[in-house]
Amino acid sequence: MNWSVILGISKTHLLSRKKQSSIAALGVTFGIGTFITLASFMTGLNGLLDGLILNRTPHIHLYNEIAPSEQQPIDLAAEFAEGFNLIRSVKPKQSQVRLHNALPILGQLRDNPEVRGAIPQVQAQVFYLAGSIKLNGLVFGGDIMEEVRLFNMSDYIVEGDAQSLARNSNGIILGAGVADKMSLKVGDRIQISSVNGGLFPLKIVGLYQSGLADIDNVQSYVNLSTAQRILGEGKNYISDINVKLFDMELAPGMAKELARQFDLTAVDIKTANAQFEAGTDIRNLITYAVSVTLLIVAGFGIYNILNMMIYEKMNDIAILKATGFSGTDVKMIFISQAILIGTIGGALGLFIGYLLSKGIEQIPFETDALPTIKTMPVNHDPNFYIIGIVFALLATFFAGYLPASKAKKIDPVDIIRGQ
Amino acid sequence: MTQTSPYILEARGINKHFREPVDFHVLKDISFGIEKGEFVSIMGKSGCGKSTLLYILSTMDTDYEGELWLSDQLVSGQSNKALSVIRNQHIGFVFQFHYLLPEFSVIENVMLPARKLGIKSPRQIKLDAEEKLDLLDIGYLADQKASRISGGEKQRVAIARALINEPTIIMGDEPTGNLDSKNSENVFDILKQLSIEKHMSMLVVTHDLDFANKTDRIIEMADGRINGVPHPLHS
Ligand SMILES: Nc1ncnc2c1ncn2[C@@H]1O[C@H](COP(=O)(O)OP(=O)(O)OP(=O)(O)O)[C@@H](O)[C@H]1O
Ligand SMILES: [Mg+2]
Repeated sequence: MNWSVILGISKTHLLSRKKQSSIAALGVTFGIGTFITLASFMTGLNGLLDGLILNRTPHIHLYNEIAPSEQQPIDLAAEFAEGFNLIRSVKPKQSQVRLHNALPILGQLRDNPEVRGAIPQVQAQVFYLAGSIKLNGLVFGGDIMEEVRLFNMSDYIVEGDAQSLARNSNGIILGAGVADKMSLKVGDRIQISSVNGGLFPLKIVGLYQSGLADIDNVQSYVNLSTAQRILGEGKNYISDINVKLFDMELAPGMAKELARQFDLTAVDIKTANAQFEAGTDIRNLITYAVSVTLLIVAGFGIYNILNMMIYEKMNDIAILKATGFSGTDVKMIFISQAILIGTIGGALGLFIGYLLSKGIEQIPFETDALPTIKTMPVNHDPNFYIIGIVFALLATFFAGYLPASKAKKIDPVDIIRGQ
Repeated sequence: MTQTSPYILEARGINKHFREPVDFHVLKDISFGIEKGEFVSIMGKSGCGKSTLLYILSTMDTDYEGELWLSDQLVSGQSNKALSVIRNQHIGFVFQFHYLLPEFSVIENVMLPARKLGIKSPRQIKLDAEEKLDLLDIGYLADQKASRISGGEKQRVAIARALINEPTIIMGDEPTGNLDSKNSENVFDILKQLSIEKHMSMLVVTHDLDFANKTDRIIEMADGRINGVPHPLHS
């Protein structure tokens, strides 16, 4: 096939109907541009929401659930094995919430190559005291620098910083809601009273704002040893272990394995956030559905214009065939026109989509819930651009294929005789 | 399938029917041949089937019975693709009405069949096209848009286009139908010269008796049959 002739002819055809060709190309531009903008913005938003919950959620959370034991003594007794044993009003045993062999568990987790990090935590019920005010609270003791590394903690420290807590064994990073209610600021002192009645004066080295008011009004962060002191427990008292893996998908299997091996409760992120993931999927689905619809509409535009063009070009088709162009040559002339429209319109669409998503990224977007976010979230994933141009080419190819096949079948004698 | 024959183009027992709207036997047992360099005209009443025959001979119409031979090669039954190559290389066609691509310049129209053939360099093709236009006295129109020239000029551009690949045979369906007598004579002279100098064969349908009388041989057609002068080689 002689491509330079074929492309030359289709170029002349396109250029001699600049208006029609540009309208067809603009249809594609519109479809692709919207797809890029929509996909970048929607997935940016998804990423933000994921970050809001998933980044901060441990992939596996290990703790001891206080629950009645599943096997009652009578179940173990051989003489009652045949009977129907009914025990009413079973109460859980008064047991500690501490993890029994936390340190060996931690050691084993840290040796596992799949594990990105494991942080021991101590949770303590407390009261915040300042002047005459007394607020209910929950203090988390942990390794603040590890929290920063694994759970993006620093994104949520709105004043002060994580290092100052790491350096100060009597420091506390106070929930922003608590600070607000008690009119406290960084540098002030706060009294913490434990459930047992002990009083601990701590220095506020930072403020923490998660965006979820229920959390910010209650929670604070201290060092692990501080929390252990508040509870009056020793160095090996640990109530929770938060694990982050390299691959989140492994969490459910590993959680089961840990629960079995160490006889404790292990909750994985998939189970904890099942509905959340469904929401993400639905948002993605909407993005793609809207974009595909736009592209299909653009495809119909191209189909229409090429169809019209072929009716106008009957004479040309007859002449080309009479002078020795084959049906396939003629078909290629029209398909290449469609693909040229797709390429130019698609490339322009990528460019417009890029500009629009850059523009959206400039729009201020400030909310208490997301302290580190100042502008609209946009995900400039190069994959969208690849999908966009591939789709533009596919859509225009199919839109051009039918009219071009029709052109291939046109009998030149019919046209010449009809003159 | 080859077979030596004195003819460049030969029709053997060609029959054609139109089936719509009613069965109509338009061509009946057409057999004749054209030698290399021969200038043949076809005459006959309107509606006797001249154009229909020419479409078959030019390989554009494949719906017929009988055999068509071109340069000792059986054309009938070949694929559309092969036929388009034959048309491109061996047959120049000039229509009753000027048929040019309106959006292309005159010279681009003339060059297209040669560019499709793709044997010569683009430079050579351009030179050839200019030469053909000069031959028809329309060299000055080369860069005009084909839609912006007169009917007679278009007819001559179409002839130049038919010449560009130096085909074995040129077929014309009333190629001088739209020309005044001076231009008509001019076209005849050009075709005559080509048949003598380049040994191209000419097969021209015409209603112009003066034109026909100057050709080597006249084939008369009536009611879908050719009668009149049987070819000397046949008897
Ligand atoms: N597609 C068709 N279907 C049916 N009949 C047709 C068709 N095309 C042509 N005919 C008929 O075939 C006959 C021959 O037509 P053709 O065009 O070959 O005549 P012609 O000899 O070229 O006439 P003219 O000198 O007027 O050009 C005519 O009677 C015409 O009505
Ligand atoms: Mg006719």
